[in-house]
Amino acid sequence: MASRGIRDKVAIVGMSCTQFGEHWDLSVDDLLLDAAGQALASAGVRKDDVDAFWLGTTGSGIAGLALSKPLKIAYKPVSRLENMCATGSDALRNACYAVASGAVDVAMAIGVEKLKDSGFSGLVVPAVASDGTDSTYDLSAPAMFSLITPAYSAKYGVPADELKEVMTRIAWKNHRNGAHNSRAQFRKEVSRAAIAASPLVAGQLGVMDCSGVSDGSAAAIVVPADHAHRYCERPLYVKALTLVAGPGQGLIDPSYDFTSFPEAVASAQDAYRQAGITDPRAELAMAEVHDCFTPTELVLMEDLGFAERGKGWSEVLAGAFDLDGDLPVNPDGGLKAFGHPVGASGLRMIFECWLQLRGEAPEDRRIGAEQVRRGLALTHNLGGQPGECVSFVSIVGTDPSA
Amino acid sequence: MGQLLAYGTYIPHYRLGRTAIAAALQSGGGRGSRAVASFDEDSTSMAVEAARQAGRRSDIRPLATYLATTSPAYLDKTNACVVNAALGLDSAAFAMDVAAAVRGGLGALMAAHDAPRPTLAVLSDLRGGLPGSADERDGGDAAAAFLFGAGPGIAEVVAVSSASEEFLDRWRLPAQPASRIWEDRFGESVYLPLAHAALTDALKQAGVGAQDIQHAVITGTNRRAVARFAREAGFTEVTSDDALGIGNAGTAQVGLLLADVLDRAGPDELVAVTLLADGATTLLLRTTPALIARRAASPGATVRDQAAAGDDGLPYLTYLTWRGLLTREPPRRPDLDPPAAPPSYRNETWKYRLVASQCDACGTRHLPPSRSCVSCGQVDRMSAVPMADERATVTTFAVDNLAYTPSPPLVAVVLDFDGGGRLRCQLADADPGSVAVGDRVEMTFRRMATARGIHNYFWKARPVPEAKRS
Repeated sequence: MASRGIRDKVAIVGMSCTQFGEHWDLSVDDLLLDAAGQALASAGVRKDDVDAFWLGTTGSGIAGLALSKPLKIAYKPVSRLENMCATGSDALRNACYAVASGAVDVAMAIGVEKLKDSGFSGLVVPAVASDGTDSTYDLSAPAMFSLITPAYSAKYGVPADELKEVMTRIAWKNHRNGAHNSRAQFRKEVSRAAIAASPLVAGQLGVMDCSGVSDGSAAAIVVPADHAHRYCERPLYVKALTLVAGPGQGLIDPSYDFTSFPEAVASAQDAYRQAGITDPRAELAMAEVHDCFTPTELVLMEDLGFAERGKGWSEVLAGAFDLDGDLPVNPDGGLKAFGHPVGASGLRMIFECWLQLRGEAPEDRRIGAEQVRRGLALTHNLGGQPGECVSFVSIVGTDPSA
Repeated sequence: MGQLLAYGTYIPHYRLGRTAIAAALQSGGGRGSRAVASFDEDSTSMAVEAARQAGRRSDIRPLATYLATTSPAYLDKTNACVVNAALGLDSAAFAMDVAAAVRGGLGALMAAHDAPRPTLAVLSDLRGGLPGSADERDGGDAAAAFLFGAGPGIAEVVAVSSASEEFLDRWRLPAQPASRIWEDRFGESVYLPLAHAALTDALKQAGVGAQDIQHAVITGTNRRAVARFAREAGFTEVTSDDALGIGNAGTAQVGLLLADVLDRAGPDELVAVTLLADGATTLLLRTTPALIARRAASPGATVRDQAAAGDDGLPYLTYLTWRGLLTREPPRRPDLDPPAAPPSYRNETWKYRLVASQCDACGTRHLPPSRSCVSCGQVDRMSAVPMADERATVTTFAVDNLAYTPSPPLVAVVLDFDGGGRLRCQLADADPGSVAVGDRVEMTFRRMATARGIHNYFWKARPVPEAKRS
């Protein structure tokens, strides 16, 4: 029994990310072709150089055919996988493992989602035939995540209006970052007053506490670490990959108090161990986290060890996670401003690490030079809801360890 | 011939004030209010609630259930099977609907009394009419349940007498929203002799006179005839039509009024119940000393407690929406999926009776029941634990304005049960603005939604009535 990880065994040598948004004029096939083509170009390889493909999508296609047909991939391994909102991350994880095992030399991980063809403004999740008793099918996603706020307020004595300020600041910060991101769905700063006054969707969550529903695709090319420099001058080395699925304890066991994601804690701790990180707040240059709703980002600051338990809210208010803060979180705007095409989001997070650690992020949303020198970035991607979810953490870095 | 062993009633939470009707329509209305089944209730779910109260008051398990209603949730399919499932009755127990006519309520009660086995009669109804009608104003929604079986009971039937005629007084074609009545003076003229005949015969059978009757219940489908018979019958105390201030609950009305009398009657008292519906029937009962003891030993809300506990603030347009009389813009969400038959059947004890599983090794409760323990990992070492009668505390909650529900917003709560176990479910009968962490709740059987012609029954939480008042 072991979780050894594959630290520095593989590297990402090419990446792409399409514009996220309401692409009324683009199909799933268009998005896949665009993302795949740009990733191949980024790595300087041809489609035929890729030995195996992992396609992540929650509902925009099934089977490897959803990728092999638009790209005309001829008789190569193509797997399609789904792991809720962590789908894109899991595609990357599987591609990395295939390369690390030596089974293939070049793998592509690609994620895609086309949410805006459903005709509905929120996420539409196909239901499994059931006995009609599971409240997961009754509640909206913002309602499930809004269960966090009364519990957090009660546990840490943060009044509801003060917690709302914290949530508002998270949305404000992510929109501010997204305003400088040409690929983001929302590219405008939004005032705190406008965020706080947005119509309530569920609990304390207004529309502006929710991530953007959008279409998009992102992709990565993965090769063995010792081949990396054949493809690119500044590869990103994979330091840690973890994915955990919870037993669903939180909706069964009264000891769960809705102020944490135990799955996020478990995946982060394993990732830190794999990467040899002991003080994430000081060692990480930046983090892309799963800010599906503003309270999620708040709780994740504590779960990922960026803030002490019960102190995340005050760190947020102090600006610790701003672009110019101690540990910039979601410098690309996050799910909030970049948008959340489910299957693509995990790879989009990696894409921002790719830009920031390699100095390719636009100047007006670049993290601090001191942060860049730390050389390590984290992505956190979560699928499910408080109480029962899957959680993914990756750590990537610019330097291979000795 | 059984004795009455136990009874229970259910009056829904919401009341429509009659002035609200007048305010909206600039006509009609009146004083007081009527009970209204919430959007998540129907005759079957209310029957379950009344039957649960009766069930808590007797150890005898029925071997048959007769469900009487003029508003069956399903046709063709037996709605009483849901009552049996919710009570956890053995599959050997019979279930049958007595559906269509108001008279079926008293009929089910008489048939339960006549049955050679412990039998539960559940009378449940939603009554209304077209907007602005007298039936809308005077109708009500409620349920009552009566368990008969081998004594000693709380009352015994000492005489029954009926007089029937074929005449047109009140009628309704299937699928019509409202019943129609002939000129009520005609019905009055036909009912009165029939009512006197039935009462006289019943009194004669029992060898008593009207003055010996301590409590009389008179109700029926023709208000005018009921009022006149109440004046003429010669009783000293009459409980009639709107005595409870909740409207006339059709099939269930005779049961509610009888239950109200039983809530207050002394031992060895005579109760005459007369129903005027397509004829007249009088039932004479004599209470036993056990009534007092059983009432004291199994305290529960009286009918008048339930009638008084309602929420008078239901807007008329909300009422019309719930009744399907006002079609509102639906939420922009995908159509609901109905529950599937095989999983509903496999999970019957969970879905209809809220039976959880508890780990024999470590005691962890699982809602929904699970074969594997989330705490200690043991597999197939579970015991069944019924949760429906256990109270719980709200741990966290969400008012959901986006979720699909027939009456937005949906209120979701995470509950921790007093004896252990957690459930996330919907909160019924609550003001979304007043929900708080720490609220006390109990479980109630509801119709969650109807999708593609299939009703989805399951449990919700509702505020504990005592907690609400304090």
